[in-house]
Amino acid sequence: MFGKPSRTGRTLQYLALTGYLVFLGFPLVWLLSTAFKPPRELVQLHPTLIPSNPTVQNFVQAFTEQQLGRAALNSLQVSLASAVLTVLVALPASYALARFRTRLGTIALGWVLLSQLFPFVLLIIPIFLILRQVGLANTHAGLVLIYVVWALPFALWMLQGFVRNIPRDLEEAAAVDGASRLQVLRRVVFPLLAPGIVATALFSFISAWNEFFFALVLVKTPELATLPVALARFVGIEGTARLGPLAAGSLLATLPSLIFFAFMQRRLSSGSLAGAVKG
Amino acid sequence: MTTLAERPDVAPTDGPRVARSRSDRMGIYLLLLPSLLPIVVLSVFPLLRGIYLGFTDARAGRHVEISFTGLANYRELLGDDLFWNSFKIGLLWAVGVTVLQFLLALGLALLLNQQLRFRGVARVLSVVPWAMPPVVVGILWKLVYHPDAGLLNEFFHRIDADGLRTNWLGDFNTALPAVILVGVWAGMPQTTVVLLAGLQGVPRELHEAAAVDGASTWHRFRNVTLPAITPVIVAITSLDFIWNFNSFGLVYVLTAGGPGGKTMLPMLFAYEEAFRYGNYGYAAALGNVMVVIIVALLAVYLRRRLREAN
Repeated sequence: MFGKPSRTGRTLQYLALTGYLVFLGFPLVWLLSTAFKPPRELVQLHPTLIPSNPTVQNFVQAFTEQQLGRAALNSLQVSLASAVLTVLVALPASYALARFRTRLGTIALGWVLLSQLFPFVLLIIPIFLILRQVGLANTHAGLVLIYVVWALPFALWMLQGFVRNIPRDLEEAAAVDGASRLQVLRRVVFPLLAPGIVATALFSFISAWNEFFFALVLVKTPELATLPVALARFVGIEGTARLGPLAAGSLLATLPSLIFFAFMQRRLSSGSLAGAVKG
Repeated sequence: MTTLAERPDVAPTDGPRVARSRSDRMGIYLLLLPSLLPIVVLSVFPLLRGIYLGFTDARAGRHVEISFTGLANYRELLGDDLFWNSFKIGLLWAVGVTVLQFLLALGLALLLNQQLRFRGVARVLSVVPWAMPPVVVGILWKLVYHPDAGLLNEFFHRIDADGLRTNWLGDFNTALPAVILVGVWAGMPQTTVVLLAGLQGVPRELHEAAAVDGASTWHRFRNVTLPAITPVIVAITSLDFIWNFNSFGLVYVLTAGGPGGKTMLPMLFAYEEAFRYGNYGYAAALGNVMVVIIVALLAVYLRRRLREAN
């Protein structure tokens, strides 16, 4: 793009790139390494970058002793429910937003931007009070409800982008051929919308899976805690030998979002999430 | 609520600019209702209620009378040293992280936009921190900063600089910079991706024309690239600033506000007020102050950028 840089220019560029790779990569390598180190190597005076006797003991311990297994199941349950509900609720509205111009739609999208401004403290106290009133405080159902509402604005924005990419002519052609409104949606719109539905569901799943603040405040019973909350509690436990299982648990907690990002990689690198239906 | 989803047959078939009958409009509203209702009940209403709570003496516990106290909370905030301290730290954190995030991300985006080897690796690596839950990022860096078993201290030992070894997150002087570095690491990927998308939108012809005219690399960056991506820069830095000012999980895991309140971000402070001491009204007042400050700072920033653009 900048033409042919000089040799020193190139060298400087590679030096800078190496710097970035070290800064971004080394903490990740350290997490991996800690997760596979046996206790003896964890407490060693001068730790090594690569474990000399790698073990999966930490993963076993994370699940048995710290009950991260239960927390992971809780997280899975809450995130799946959030993803399914978000899509079901967002689908009709995103269709309406994409196909008909209404003032309500503009207001809804404006709310997406505005709601970013407000710190969660303002929301959490009234939400906590509302949930307590209807008996949903300290339950997974309450948490799911909040996650759906929280993911909805972005999900709407994303899904209506996908709907917009389906040519209106296709729908009209099917209607001319005598298909009913419902048939048009079922046979034409939904199949073409499948990638968008998957992307929206994944987005909603991940934001629930990663969420920490609401889960920390709204769920008090330790048995109901989600994975991020369980991991954060785990951090408080002292002792260098504990770092192994902690790292192992953290690694597992990252897997779903890594899969999501691998899936979205192409859209991410092209800079727009509201990507095309193609592909 | 979702049963409404099964009734799309009531939706009208006309285009956006055609005048709509009343029943058509009803259909559209029926489609929107399942989404709008929850947002109003669990997002708009709580927010308004939260803002109102900031003007009351609400406290934790059932059956507590709430009375309107006007500006009393704010008068108390003005005289609260802990609040001022937390507020100062919050600004240092938000501005520091946002600026460093932007500069480093711009550098990386420029590099990734070139034909360099290992570009693919760098692209993947630059997205991974974004994919991690904030709690995991906190744990990851706790491992790096660990005084005995940490990567950073071991690095200083290996290069014979044992004097630099310290308890990074426990030392009064290093805690805030250490936490800011983590914030930069966590937020840089997203900013890089956005800036890279902006860079790829800069027309090639502009660069070629400038190169023919003999403009140096720096001049081309300054006069072609930068103006072209200014809207992207303004958008992402504004969003980064809001997100950073309101961030919670990362620092909660890293230091929980310690040592001695040196990393007590406003969100952490408000969380403690609300859920440790039960001062709901006071915490909400704090939230209100945060919103006002974010809006004021953004207004100044956006106005200056706008004036520069004209």
